[in-house]
Amino acid sequence: MHKGTRIIAFIAVFLIIATMPFLANHGQASADPEVSLDTPAVNEMPVKQCIEPLQDMRSEHMQILDSWRDRVVREGQTTYVNSVGQPYEMSLDETCLSCHSNREQFCDSCHSYSGVDVYCWSCHDGASNNSNGGVE
Amino acid sequence: MKIGLPLLAVVALAALAWLGCEYLRLQVLFGVVLPYLALLLFLVGFVYRVVLWGRSAVPFNITTTCGQQKSLPWVKHDRLENPSSTTGAIGRMILEVLLFRSLFRNLRTEKRGARISFGSAKWLWLGGLVFHWSLLVVLLRHLRLFLEPVPVVISGIGAVDGMFQIGVPVLFLTDITILAALAFLFARRVLAPRIRYLSLPADYFPLLLLLGVVISGILMRYAFKVDMLQVKEMMLGLASLHPQLSMSAGSALYVHIFLVSVLFAYFPWSKLMHAGGIFLSPTRNMPNNSRQVRHINPWNYPVQVHSYVEYEDEYREKMRKVGLPLDKEG
Amino acid sequence: MVKQPDKQELLDFGYQAPATPWLDTPVDFRPGTYCHGAKGKNLEAVGFPNARDWSPAEDDWKLPDEWQNTVIEGIADRMKKYRSFRLFMDVCVRCGACADKCHFYIASGDPKNMPVLRAELLRSVYRRNFTTSGKLFGKLAGARDLSEDVLKEWWYYFFQCTECRRCSVFCPYGIDQAEITMMGRELLNLLGLNTDWISGPVANCYMKGNHVGLEPQTILGNVEFLMEDIETVCGKHIEPSFNRKGAEVLFVVPSGDLYAEPGTFAFMGYVMLLEQLGLDYTLSTYASEGGNFGLFTSNEMAKRLNSKIYAEARRLGVKWILGGECGHMWRVINQYMDTWNGPADFLEVPVSPITGSKFENASSTKMVHIAEFTADLIYHDKIKLDKSRNDHLIVTYHDSCNTARGMGLMDEPRYIMNKVCNNFFEMPEETIRERTFCCGAGSGLNAGENMELRLRGGLPRANAVRYVQERHGVNVLANICAVDRAALPAVMDYWVPGVAVMGLHELVGNALVMDGESVRHLDMRGEELPRPMVQEESVTLAVDSQPVAEAAPSDLATVTGEGEKGAGKAVTDA
Repeated sequence: MHKGTRIIAFIAVFLIIATMPFLANHGQASADPEVSLDTPAVNEMPVKQCIEPLQDMRSEHMQILDSWRDRVVREGQTTYVNSVGQPYEMSLDETCLSCHSNREQFCDSCHSYSGVDVYCWSCHDGASNNSNGGVE
Repeated sequence: MKIGLPLLAVVALAALAWLGCEYLRLQVLFGVVLPYLALLLFLVGFVYRVVLWGRSAVPFNITTTCGQQKSLPWVKHDRLENPSSTTGAIGRMILEVLLFRSLFRNLRTEKRGARISFGSAKWLWLGGLVFHWSLLVVLLRHLRLFLEPVPVVISGIGAVDGMFQIGVPVLFLTDITILAALAFLFARRVLAPRIRYLSLPADYFPLLLLLGVVISGILMRYAFKVDMLQVKEMMLGLASLHPQLSMSAGSALYVHIFLVSVLFAYFPWSKLMHAGGIFLSPTRNMPNNSRQVRHINPWNYPVQVHSYVEYEDEYREKMRKVGLPLDKEG
Repeated sequence: MVKQPDKQELLDFGYQAPATPWLDTPVDFRPGTYCHGAKGKNLEAVGFPNARDWSPAEDDWKLPDEWQNTVIEGIADRMKKYRSFRLFMDVCVRCGACADKCHFYIASGDPKNMPVLRAELLRSVYRRNFTTSGKLFGKLAGARDLSEDVLKEWWYYFFQCTECRRCSVFCPYGIDQAEITMMGRELLNLLGLNTDWISGPVANCYMKGNHVGLEPQTILGNVEFLMEDIETVCGKHIEPSFNRKGAEVLFVVPSGDLYAEPGTFAFMGYVMLLEQLGLDYTLSTYASEGGNFGLFTSNEMAKRLNSKIYAEARRLGVKWILGGECGHMWRVINQYMDTWNGPADFLEVPVSPITGSKFENASSTKMVHIAEFTADLIYHDKIKLDKSRNDHLIVTYHDSCNTARGMGLMDEPRYIMNKVCNNFFEMPEETIRERTFCCGAGSGLNAGENMELRLRGGLPRANAVRYVQERHGVNVLANICAVDRAALPAVMDYWVPGVAVMGLHELVGNALVMDGESVRHLDMRGEELPRPMVQEESVTLAVDSQPVAEAAPSDLATVTGEGEKGAGKAVTDA
């Protein structure tokens, strides 16, 4: 094999790169992220219900937040009425984080698990609410 | 026919995965069995093809020289276009693989009456380069689904790719560029009469398949809203050889995975192997130094020649008459 | 003589795609576009299979039994032997970058002359026989059976490729149609399918040492005439030696330079230069062909012919070998010779005895190109040159395909050019150096019966020459290739009349100031110099001080002959 060493090296590099996800996960049981709802505010709720049904929150929370930002900052509105007619203040800090006061265990655990780079925190200081577990 | 059939094939493949998961609940097949099978075919096939090429001899040094050779010390040598050393050849190969150097030379030839003129023609180079680099970024971005924790480099690539923060989820630039580049390459094949003439179904199929992969991926992100958590759990499961299925993840995901699987399985048996082949191309990966370093042909064999002795025997009298020196006076 | 095709008819083509797919378009053997078939006696002389007389125009090609098997086995065998072949069959993506780079496509519009399709002619058969998809899907996968029609199509188009490698420069994977053509021709040779104009010269080279079959006494006679011409030009009597043992250098030139104008003028230039230097060299009648027609048949035949150079160098006991101006000769010397017939350990690393320069780049082959040798001399100021003796010439330079793309000898000739003449103008950059256009007759296509093909193939080159003719009044196309010198005069006369074809060392010979020479009234062609070079005092100063002069084109365009003497000479002789 002409330049056989180089060809074998090439194949080895190819195989390492191509199977990299397998090598990296070797012997590792996949650990699911733990999303914690264990905050004082949530614990106090009689019915644990977010502003919209769970499925919608999972797939649409980014759109909701995005539209909240636009409506508050650009249109001066402050109130969101949900699918069952309940009003909420459109505020990440005052509404979302008042219950989900554990950013690391709630927001970040999923986002970093799935490698989603959010830019909420470049304006909002999500960490400040953490210490007393809520605004009250 | 040349275009219709590959198009039909890709649509049928997508439909197959959709129906199979939506109605027949064949998630195990499309989400576990086929991806593993495809990957196996890809790895084995790729290695097989490279080994097959590798086992063919390289009898001669046939570098295509595209610049001034190394000769006299005061003549400026073009080290990259006409390398005289392995280092130079590696440099040339890097230019070729990363920047498509040769394609960059492309010209357009036109004939007006008796005149032939040449114009710049960089679109193919640009389209090809944008496609390949976008594909690389897209592939690297996808590693976030296979690695836990996600390496900073990978999330960094994602952040840069989405740096314009358009919409939610953030629009990746490479989603646009890969789509545009593929559309261009496809349109070129269909619209340029000369290229359409020389194209085979085997040229349209991979293009359309790639378009299918890209479009299903984009739809999954922006329209069908596949749950990222479930996707990652599934991918980690596959990568750690502990597959876990998500029956609720939505069929769009399975369409995407299936088309990717087909692409991987098809890869080694098709022209897509140019990806591996370019590294072995003898006109590009050898230094042009065969006057300085003897290249060995492993199958060089002795041949029958017409020797001087025979020659002199045939022409001795004639040679003697004109006073040419002779080895034998005979 | 061959009837010249009508220019308007030749130019009546476009690049639009034909209506029928290429797989369904049969080959049209149009007279003027292909060569005569190989003669049986010439195949027999070198032991090629299926030796018989045959004609491509006839239906029956007298193929041997089981010829399909021979070809398929031939493919399998060559795939093991040549990585290039197997790889180039596999990795093409049909991007089309090569399509409009081939001179035959550019000047005919025939889609099967696009390098990619020319390769597909063979690939389609490869797919059918060696790939799963080809076996399963047939035509849909671009695969087809090897039929007699396919074989004829191969023959037609593989002898419409000059192995110039221009496509390879533009290919993103470096796929080289020359390599595929070589394989295709090897396969055809397994069935005795070659052209008369290649197999005749091959037999001659093998038996007599050069492609026209000059016997030793004829070579000496020819050279004697040329020496008389030198004496007429510069008053010097020179007697180059042949087959002389103990010389320091063996000098091998393409045999065209020994007998056919304008190559003979280049030969006179070499000899005058070497005489002036007092180099201890000899020529050989046994190794009297630098060119290698075997390269246009098979690897083995090329090796058999090439073996004579080293064998003769060993027999004569020289130290190293000097090579004349020739294109594919240098592809062979640069990329094949040492591998075939080396190691040349009985020779020494070439050192110019005049300058002391060691040619490190030839340290294994031990063979130096005369342009390298001369450039080194001029750089070290070892020869006197009077540029003004070339003032009647307005010169452009044609890179030979092989020295450009199979070697990279590009700047040495240009350096010499700038030192020996005042009026040197480059053609457009898309048509020179690694992007140079073929003369249209390389790789054994320089016959007479395929004149239409040659004129078409030469059109892109002629087109670029016309560009500099119109702008600068260029009247000389300089080159370093024997096939160029044989083929381009006809091409120039047809497309760009008024441009003479000249070897580089003819220009050197004009400018070279020899010790004890007479006042020059004539140039190397024996034509009157515009004004006699009487001002001998100024002669020695003229090395490189003069700026490039923009001469008035109209006065000068008609000064030199139009090359009619040289045109097609090699064709008829061979």
